Amino acid sequence: METPLLSVKSLTIGIRRSKSADTIIVDDLSFDIQRGERFGIVGESGSGKSLTLRAIADLLPKGVEVLSGSIRYNGAELIGMPTVQRRRLMGPEIAMIFQEPMTALNPVIRVGDQIAEGPRRYLGLSKKAAMALAIEMMAKTGIPDPARRARAYPHELSGGLRQRIMIAMALSCGPKLLLCDEPTTALDVTVQHQVLKVLEKLCDDSGAALAFVTHDLAVVNQTCTDLAVMYAGHIIESGKVKSVFHDPRHPYTKGLLDSAPDFDQPERDLVPIPGFPPNLAARTSGCPFAPRCVFAVEACTVAMPPTMEVAPGHNAACIESQHIFEGVTV
Amino acid sequence: MTTPTAALVSFKERRRAVRSRSIKPWYRNGSLMAGIIIVGLLVLVAVLAPVLAPYDPVAQHLTNALASPNAAHWLGTDKFGRDVLSRLIWGAQVDLRVGFLAVLIPFVVGSVLGAIAGYFGGWLDTVLMRIVDIFFAFPFYVMVIVLVFIFGSGEASIYIAIAAVSWVSYARIVRGEVLIAKKQDYVVAARLGGMSHARILVRHIGPNVLSQAIIYGMSDIVMDIMAIVTLGYLGLGINPPTAEWGSMINDGQEFITTLWQQATIPGLVVVITSLGLSWLGDGLSDLLSPERRK
Amino acid sequence: MSETPVLRVADITKTYHVNSSVLARLSRGDGRKSSLSALDGVDLQLNKGEILALVGESGSGKSTLAKILVGSTTPTSGEVDYHGAPMPLHRDKDASRRIQMVFQDPYSSLNPRISVGSMLKELLLLHKIVPRSEVRAESVRLLNLVGLEEDALQAYPSQFSGGQRQRIAIARALAVRPDILIADEPVSALDVSVQATILELFASLQRELGLSILFVAHNLAVVQHLSQRVAVMYLGRIVEVAETAELFRNPRHPYTRALIDSIPRMSAESINEEFVLEGEPPSPFDIPPGCRFNPRCPYASDACRTTDPALATVAPQHESACIRASELDVLAITLTQRTAGESAA
Repeated sequence: METPLLSVKSLTIGIRRSKSADTIIVDDLSFDIQRGERFGIVGESGSGKSLTLRAIADLLPKGVEVLSGSIRYNGAELIGMPTVQRRRLMGPEIAMIFQEPMTALNPVIRVGDQIAEGPRRYLGLSKKAAMALAIEMMAKTGIPDPARRARAYPHELSGGLRQRIMIAMALSCGPKLLLCDEPTTALDVTVQHQVLKVLEKLCDDSGAALAFVTHDLAVVNQTCTDLAVMYAGHIIESGKVKSVFHDPRHPYTKGLLDSAPDFDQPERDLVPIPGFPPNLAARTSGCPFAPRCVFAVEACTVAMPPTMEVAPGHNAACIESQHIFEGVTV
Repeated sequence: MTTPTAALVSFKERRRAVRSRSIKPWYRNGSLMAGIIIVGLLVLVAVLAPVLAPYDPVAQHLTNALASPNAAHWLGTDKFGRDVLSRLIWGAQVDLRVGFLAVLIPFVVGSVLGAIAGYFGGWLDTVLMRIVDIFFAFPFYVMVIVLVFIFGSGEASIYIAIAAVSWVSYARIVRGEVLIAKKQDYVVAARLGGMSHARILVRHIGPNVLSQAIIYGMSDIVMDIMAIVTLGYLGLGINPPTAEWGSMINDGQEFITTLWQQATIPGLVVVITSLGLSWLGDGLSDLLSPERRK
Repeated sequence: MSETPVLRVADITKTYHVNSSVLARLSRGDGRKSSLSALDGVDLQLNKGEILALVGESGSGKSTLAKILVGSTTPTSGEVDYHGAPMPLHRDKDASRRIQMVFQDPYSSLNPRISVGSMLKELLLLHKIVPRSEVRAESVRLLNLVGLEEDALQAYPSQFSGGQRQRIAIARALAVRPDILIADEPVSALDVSVQATILELFASLQRELGLSILFVAHNLAVVQHLSQRVAVMYLGRIVEVAETAELFRNPRHPYTRALIDSIPRMSAESINEEFVLEGEPPSPFDIPPGCRFNPRCPYASDACRTTDPALATVAPQHESACIRASELDVLAITLTQRTAGESAA
């Protein structure tokens, strides 16, 4: 079998403490992203989805660090790689798009120059050639009149245009992996639709793989082929989007799907998940979802359930999965 | 009465979760505790001055003037033969009282004016803030000294002078905080609840904006004690023969080469007091900061 | 629909004048003030006991309209009728009691220094809803109504999660016994699994207390689940109003169609690959002449660039502000065929 483009193994992220036990935010996470795959990571606030993405990009906030585990990109271990070498991957190999482009763009540099910077540095292009490429990338992301817009400063552009600039910048050096952290959450519906379309098309054209973090199930359904559902720092279910959406095998995934309004099923009642999202400081030894799970049995509170293959390519971390979902057809 | 939601949400469960988040309790806050201990001791000394002071602070014994520290007078006597230790202890009473009171008046006046300006805005705000700007343009000491000259020396004129100058800081701080607070949805909600502006300002906005002013007030007490000491040193402070640290430093400096402790010890006490109040202010700002409340 | 609506707004406008700085005016070379037209002639009615959704993107003016309805902002022109009688511009205690609001951000909407019990007590006494001796019982009843237990009375807002805070905010709004609730994006700041509980709460309040609710939202899937009628706003105007099922089945304004086609779908089959609305909403500083949607509209004709269409009845209980409303279905098919033809070629 081919080596996956990105392979995350037993990744644990947290805050190291000298006096007490470390605070663990992401716990023993493993997943692979294949070349050209569109991989969604779904979870609610506090699930650790954004931190996972940031760990791959080496952008963890101060104080939070990778405690153990491995992240391999194209077979090369990223954890422990010298910073200089790792930073060199960012741009030509791995690129990232953020929720709020305004914080990621430099406010005092024209957007065209910001896009051209990567190609000049990594692809060794001349100033002129890099600018031509920048304008071409802007055109590809559907920015009207790119040559004129290239001379604009970020604050002169709307949210949707800024996000397109971010996409153009991220893809300008032809990365193999594009990390997206809630890239359309701050945008209006019609603009979100446009931006997602552009993102999909450009990834298809360039063959870049997508790691897409969001809280919006419908956006994942629309954009991704595979997904992992995170809860309290664990991947509790993963597989093909179609398979997980049609036949969820973890009570949390099922709960999420049942609680989200579905435009195509207006008559369906929304079923909320009882209880509260998990609290990081109050970790339990068992399944993190057990306190909110209506199916929880005693064994659930004892140990974190192992991840089991419930269908080909479809994994769930629930010991009761078979019981609960036996005979369930959607 | 019907209960529309499927299940009542147990609040206790949530409370447990919140509590388990580690927030440092107030008594584990180092600077707050240091501040409380120092300021507490000073206040205690001031209150117990009649008991603690071995001698009458103003009784003159010219025959025993300028004595070096000895068993009877631990810190010696000044040029009028008054016991330095007793004067230091009684001085705590005067300086702390003047310090606190000189903060209280501008705190109240400034906060009220600042809150009104910030809440209602418009021409009132513009006029008030221009006045504040004018006050800020003058150096603090120049203003205070001029005002004390006008009103004559003595405790009352010190209060008036300091209040007249330092209310502007409180006005500015509180106005800024009110500007932020009044945009919060809970203020809009209070208006929709039919509450009067006065009620909203006092009950709903007040408690949320005063913490910054209180913290500033702590450091302002330090400033004011320094001001009294400075005025005392310039001979504009509390009228003699009342024991007061500033005038003690002033009196003692003549003999700095022979009896160094006469000026140095009161100076040291002033420094310690300032440190204590600063730490207290620091600790309070930790305690009252909004992150703790969130 | 002969019954008087509980709330009706007629030709509401709201214009903000932005004082540009002297420097900016000099550099632009003209002395004019720029003005922003947040609402530009809005007519809307809320019927008794219904949930009416107000949908639009950022800058459409939906939040400004909500603020005008509760009286926290005054309109530049137009009037707000409550049960057929005009609401005074500055509402007194009793007038403001009748229309209450639930805010988007459950963090800024609760005062961090006032306990839940004290907050409710203040309102109950101020409006003399119950005698002093019954305040506690009434507070508990309100908490139970929104799904919280009695023990919440002593607690402060910081001790609650976002969803619980939103419940408390709803209890506060209900304390003064309003008959209209204006909810400004009340679930968009909440996690998905919590959203459903709050939506269910709104539905039950409508069902059991007979409240009339204006629900401002941008998420059409949420709106479809909750509301009986929907009003769609675009750049300070209402462009389409209809009953929910009718609106989603038979949208008669190109913008509504675009909105519906942009909704991310939960099932793969209904993902729309064809229709992508071009461009972004223009700035409210600079509203295009003619129909305000024409620069982005795929069906815009010359007439659309010159006439500013008003809301007109296109079907029973269905109004749309589009001069080509009746041709839309045919136009859509032609457009699809043309794009298909282009991609084939």
